Amino acid sequence: MNRQTNRFAPHPTLGGGRIDRSSPIGFSFDGQRYSGYAGDTLASALLANDVHLVGRSFKYHRPRGILGLGAEEPNALIQLARGNRSEPNLRATQIELFDGLDAASQNRWPSLKYDVGAVNSALHRLFPAGFYYKTFMWPASMWMTYEEVIRNAAGLGKAPEGPDPDRYEHMHAHPDVLIVGAGPAGLAAALAAGRTGARVVLADEQAEFGGSLLCEDDIAIDGKPAADWVAAVVAELASMPEVTLLPRTCVHGYYDHNYLLAAERVTDHIGAVVPNTPRQRLWKIRARQVVLATGMLERPLVFRDNDRPGIMLSTAARGYAVRYGVAAGRKPLIVTGHDDGYRTALAYAARGAQVVAVVDLRPEPKGPLVEAVRQKGIDILAGYSATGAFGGHRVEGVDVAVMTPDGSGLARATRRIGCDLVAMCGGFNPTVHLFSQSRGKLRWDDGLDAFVPDRIHDPVGAPQASVGGAAGTQTITAAVKDGIKAGLEAARATGSTARQPAAPKVEEPGSGEHRTLWVLPSEKPVGHQGKHFVDFQNDVTAADLGLAAREGYRSIEHVKRYTTTGMGTDQGKTSNINALGIVAATLGTDIPSVGTTTFRPPYTPTTIGVYGGRNIGKLFDPVRTTAMDAWHRANGAKFEHVGQWMRPWYYPKAGETMRQAVDRECLAARNAVGILDASTLGKIDVRGKDAAEFLNRAYTNAWLKLGIGKCRYGLMLKDSGFVMDDGVTTRLAEDHFHMTTTTGGAAAVLGHLEEHLQTEWPDLEVYLTSVTEQWAVASICGPKCRDLLAELCDDIDLANEAFPFMSMKEGTVAGIPARVFRISFTGELSFEINVPRRYGSALWNALMAAGEKHGITPYGTESMHVLRAERGFVIVGQETDGSVTPTDLGMDWIVSKTKTDFIGKRGLSRPDLMLSDRKQLVGLLTEDPTEVLPEGAQIVAQLKPQPPMVMLGHVTSSYYSANCGRSIAMALIKGGHGRKGETLSVPLAGKTVRVTVTDPIFFDPEGSRRDG
Amino acid sequence: MQLVPCPWCGPRDDAEFHYGAEAHVARPSVPADCSDAEWEAYLYLRRNTKGPFAERWNHAHGCRRWFNVIRDTYTHEVLASYKPGEAKPDIGETDRAQKDA
Ligand SMILES: [Zn+2]
Repeated sequence: MNRQTNRFAPHPTLGGGRIDRSSPIGFSFDGQRYSGYAGDTLASALLANDVHLVGRSFKYHRPRGILGLGAEEPNALIQLARGNRSEPNLRATQIELFDGLDAASQNRWPSLKYDVGAVNSALHRLFPAGFYYKTFMWPASMWMTYEEVIRNAAGLGKAPEGPDPDRYEHMHAHPDVLIVGAGPAGLAAALAAGRTGARVVLADEQAEFGGSLLCEDDIAIDGKPAADWVAAVVAELASMPEVTLLPRTCVHGYYDHNYLLAAERVTDHIGAVVPNTPRQRLWKIRARQVVLATGMLERPLVFRDNDRPGIMLSTAARGYAVRYGVAAGRKPLIVTGHDDGYRTALAYAARGAQVVAVVDLRPEPKGPLVEAVRQKGIDILAGYSATGAFGGHRVEGVDVAVMTPDGSGLARATRRIGCDLVAMCGGFNPTVHLFSQSRGKLRWDDGLDAFVPDRIHDPVGAPQASVGGAAGTQTITAAVKDGIKAGLEAARATGSTARQPAAPKVEEPGSGEHRTLWVLPSEKPVGHQGKHFVDFQNDVTAADLGLAAREGYRSIEHVKRYTTTGMGTDQGKTSNINALGIVAATLGTDIPSVGTTTFRPPYTPTTIGVYGGRNIGKLFDPVRTTAMDAWHRANGAKFEHVGQWMRPWYYPKAGETMRQAVDRECLAARNAVGILDASTLGKIDVRGKDAAEFLNRAYTNAWLKLGIGKCRYGLMLKDSGFVMDDGVTTRLAEDHFHMTTTTGGAAAVLGHLEEHLQTEWPDLEVYLTSVTEQWAVASICGPKCRDLLAELCDDIDLANEAFPFMSMKEGTVAGIPARVFRISFTGELSFEINVPRRYGSALWNALMAAGEKHGITPYGTESMHVLRAERGFVIVGQETDGSVTPTDLGMDWIVSKTKTDFIGKRGLSRPDLMLSDRKQLVGLLTEDPTEVLPEGAQIVAQLKPQPPMVMLGHVTSSYYSANCGRSIAMALIKGGHGRKGETLSVPLAGKTVRVTVTDPIFFDPEGSRRDG
Repeated sequence: MQLVPCPWCGPRDDAEFHYGAEAHVARPSVPADCSDAEWEAYLYLRRNTKGPFAERWNHAHGCRRWFNVIRDTYTHEVLASYKPGEAKPDIGETDRAQKDA
């Protein structure tokens, strides 16, 4: 195990950082064992072990080190864990260290140090801006091949191959005030809001609250170190019952009306599965008020070969030293245009590092921080450029030279300064991602050289405030003050009347003017020597951006897509503004004219599992089962999905094929007794004094005079005139009907009827209730079914005269209260027995037991389809597709000619619906009676050797019918009603089947079997 | 992710609702009197307004009631919510004639 050679010794007054040196932690990186401490991130632990080389770049495979401290990291992308728990593209700067952590670098082969892809770097002239577009566009047919090669070479980590074994959960929160970010501004806002008693959620992506205050040792609040103030505030917040503290929770999406998504890493930092605990939790937050306290992100400086490992953001270098006690280098060089860089120099100097120099872009830096550095005897190179970096797997030195006053070139020759760390400060960007996601408008601030929030998108529907660094505030004093104000105002907007608490007294170093240079000058222009990286993750250089601008790209949105800058998994957190600056400078315009980019959720990459939550596998979609489901399963049924229902498809006996089983079932249904679980049919209870009038409007036929206890088949249209659903409806009382719908159409029919009742005919007094789940239904049919029912039912006269077709009787079946309907979907004598769902299983068992001597045979949906097709009954959704009229189906008989109106009547008289050559329903008989046509097959009159041919229509239903002793089919064919007797062709792969057009009825055309 | 105010239940997440497109498109009281063009317009022609727009919503996973909302289709700002049969509030919804002119 390697020793932590780069750990600073604890400082007598500044301390040793926020790590626990008494808790060592073992971990591995690329198979090598290391140790760190509790409180470390993977990045800080690697740096403590002097590991700077952590990845290879995307395009050129250049060696890369750690650039940042948190979410902004573009280089240090890590594949964590193995097997199906493996996760790619995690940022080492955000991974909390735990015992046994198993990390691997990405985008290298065969190893990080000896990477074959680095040859790309030598061939860099082949990879200019728009490289992918220019190289791989022609021929288009080769694109798939190119893409595969590119992806293999580029490869940002590997997705696991199996399903994610971890559990994720969703939580809903409705706070008065959501505060995003627990730095100085966010903590102050939370405290002010929390003290009013308002319901507050405070979320921060980091494990520990405090934000930048954890990374500074030159700030005192109320006379104590900032960390003490943080601890006191967090303790007070934790004691408030209405305040929810969410550390390790990244608010990453801001949607309409203050709806935000946050992902909480519940057990990731433990590195083990914790019983009864999800790995991550998705918070769905609807907040009345939102306070964005998301801070700032530092910009890198763009200079030659600024990507060498050991070159990092100044605040990152300081954060590693102060927060983690890690020397990111022992001989740091600072390159800065801001006073903030001097704080890094001071932090390293205080801990005993040898700060080799501060290279300052400003010709005359002044102020307390500059003075403090000068007093330490550190060399300040004012008005200098860092013209280029040296080193391979680690930076070894930087060339510097005095610039011309305008910063565009060099005034003198360069000289080289040796160093092992470069801390660069190119300025600060308010973290406006969430503000922008909420559609807020940004404003370019010339004083800050950054975009700041300007106008909130929807102050009424989505009230919010940005405070602290996120609003461009530059001091902790102002951040805390503004935070208190925003927190209080947000709480007041939700009804609190509390007064504003006093702001604590903050002592912090003063800061002077800064200087922004988008590219630091070298001896040669960009593109002529080395590389000036802007987007580290996607390997986009200043030269690429200049080329795009010269090639005519004007909008930053186009430049982004052409060069791919800002399009990596980091969404350009460190690169977007530098890219804008370079493009604007090349075009000779200002940044606002080039535009800003659109930020989209998520703020940081988020694992897909957390969005799925528990809604996966069996919980993805509900499965509906009937009361007889257990019997079907116990008796070997094969099932099919019908909507959300699981219905028995057929019941094969040992050794039977599906065809054999279906033939047996169909024969039994016509020769003995068949039994079908019909519970899934949609059932709607229709009640009210206008119920009959309503049905009269909803169906095509007449309903006013239907007698009590009588059933009627109804066809339901949309107002367009097209068939929507069908079913049998029964009158239970003067003002009470029992409607049935198709299994799949039940919800849509209820919605359709409710819509008309509520929005078109509110004057009708009708109440609709779904009762699908309340009834279990066994449908028995066949010549023996009356005998069977008679054995189980002694209170209904089952004789044909007493209980005629299309009527309903109430009584008891097998001692169970039942509604028995004499309706038939097979053409056989048939009874549909409806009982309360809880008796469904008992009813079924009684029928099966009593039916045994009659040869009772359960049949599934496949046989049901065959049996109804034998009699030419349509199935809505099989014979219809939303463009079929009753006339097309040959069902004119059910469309009332006398009713003045019903839904669909006017639609039916539209000219195109009355054409004679519409596709119409017919039967088809194949020449070879054993040939079963595939459903969906196209039908032609004139056969050609190959397509295209004029297609007349298609097969809608096709089966082998054991009762007919041959195959049967139904089809929709152009002008089909006039083609009876014609011979047509069905071209199939490898053969053509000849068919004769017939009436769509194949068995018992007289309907003689209905009454038994 | 919008917050839709149901006149019966109060503001609820839009996942609970079905969207019902343009409001105040009444079914002609005597469809037989409609020309083909008028019937086609009733069936299929709807405005695609950018800005305040009167539209129908159904609280499908709540009270199952239909109601009307005036909502800005660009900003998503909800300007009014009212029950069927109630008059459309006059709050600057883009006038059809004005828009078509
Ligand atoms: Zn409601």
